[in-house]
Amino acid sequence: MEHIKTIETRNLCESAKNGGCGECQTSCQSACKTSCGIANQQCENSNK
Amino acid sequence: MIHQYQLGGYNIVLDVCSGALHVVDELTYDLIEGIAAAEETFTDASSDAAAPALREKLVSSMQDKYAGTEMGKKEEIEECYEQILGLIRTGKLFTKDTYEPMAGELKARTSGVVKALCLHIAHTCNLNCSYCFASQGKYHGERAVMSLEVGKRALDFLIENSGSRHNLEVDFFGGEPLMNFEVVKELVAYARSIEKQHNKNFRFTLTTNGVLVDDDVIDFANRECSNVVLSLDGRKEVHDRYRVDFAGNGSWEKIVPKFQKFVKARDGKNYYMRGTFTHANPDFLEDIKVMLDLGFTELSMEPVVCGEDDPARLTEEDLPIVLQQYEKLAELMIERDKEGKPFTFYHYMIDLKGGPCIYKRISGCGSGTEYMAVTPWGDLYPCHQFVGEEKFLLGNIYDGVKNTSIQDDFAACNVYAREECRNCWARLYCSGGCAANAYHATGSVRGVYKYGCELFKKRIECALMVAINREFSASENQ
Repeated sequence: MEHIKTIETRNLCESAKNGGCGECQTSCQSACKTSCGIANQQCENSNK
Repeated sequence: MIHQYQLGGYNIVLDVCSGALHVVDELTYDLIEGIAAAEETFTDASSDAAAPALREKLVSSMQDKYAGTEMGKKEEIEECYEQILGLIRTGKLFTKDTYEPMAGELKARTSGVVKALCLHIAHTCNLNCSYCFASQGKYHGERAVMSLEVGKRALDFLIENSGSRHNLEVDFFGGEPLMNFEVVKELVAYARSIEKQHNKNFRFTLTTNGVLVDDDVIDFANRECSNVVLSLDGRKEVHDRYRVDFAGNGSWEKIVPKFQKFVKARDGKNYYMRGTFTHANPDFLEDIKVMLDLGFTELSMEPVVCGEDDPARLTEEDLPIVLQQYEKLAELMIERDKEGKPFTFYHYMIDLKGGPCIYKRISGCGSGTEYMAVTPWGDLYPCHQFVGEEKFLLGNIYDGVKNTSIQDDFAACNVYAREECRNCWARLYCSGGCAANAYHATGSVRGVYKYGCELFKKRIECALMVAINREFSASENQ
């Protein structure tokens, strides 16, 4: 029986390899302005 | 570390450090809970979780719990255990946090690079909202507007300090930026005239209360602004409780038609209808429904940021109501998805397949280092929420950052800077939280605003659940 369904996600360990380009937005900027969250941000790395 | 929870009819298991997300049956959920209880003693999760003593204990316990059912059969439980071990072996469960040495690396690599400015184009406002964190736009100081000269120098400062970064972000903020609209327009024209020669691309954002929105503003914003943030609190009576003019008249009737026209002219894209909820409306889902009824679909609803004595402040009694509202909001999103009327909630936007890399996730928000606020007279602060707090004055756009000790404090803000964050499952989603919230709650930018953490964690749980539901719906429809 299949007990587990794994949702496709970005592998954060792997993201260390080509990460850190710094082109993404600063965190609350352009939107909420009063709380920090990075989950809803886009990755802007063209080499990922 | 894992985080497991049940929401929306799903048993959800998040592997915190790899970002892997699993939806499991009850038996698996219980077994993983049992393994997690022993995780503290693990040196190597894949071999320690497979240790016979632990395995036998958990299998036997499940045989008792699920006795008489298919899931209570020993071979079924053993098979399930094997599937769990498979995830551990492939780095999708109980993954270790090995990122701490990388914390600060991104900031060190980009040290001195500024990529975004919040231009306080007007420290004045045409509304008199008592809950305003900016004290009616004045930031505890005198009313002022930014001159064209100061604004141009701020843009030059950004270019000069942006290193090889291509995309530069500038927010027109206040107060009410449209009270200084001519300067806004001239600054954008100036930026466009110099960006190519410097190999830069400016992205502008405008935050407005809507009072001065007209065709000219709409045309300009739709041509030049990658995003607009429109302030609306939802229900008329909620909005008009705080968002009043200086004669005490509510602004809802005046601004809603303008916002509808504005959004329509943007094809319903690249905007946020941003509300604030307070102690007066912890049932903020009703306000979100009003926004939807008005035709808005890109929504943001933020807990108020205000002083301890402010009657608008959210209380401990409000907390369970707010948490429940977040869950109901997630349910509403799923219902609307089914009806073919989806909408976006800023805090539930989560890109599971893309999203930020690990460097970004552990580096903190960037305030005071890559992001700063500029006052109408050219002073630099770590972010818009620190403007007016003199001890956080960093420098100015003419001489640059002089107060390096304050900047160092902000540079050191990362996921590992706070003990509470190290042990929190949500740390790779909040990146250590908002320095301003931390400061206002605890007196230190390295503090923890626990109330905000509770809200944040619930939002991420809901965001993941909605994302799972969308994923399953998409595969059903294929």
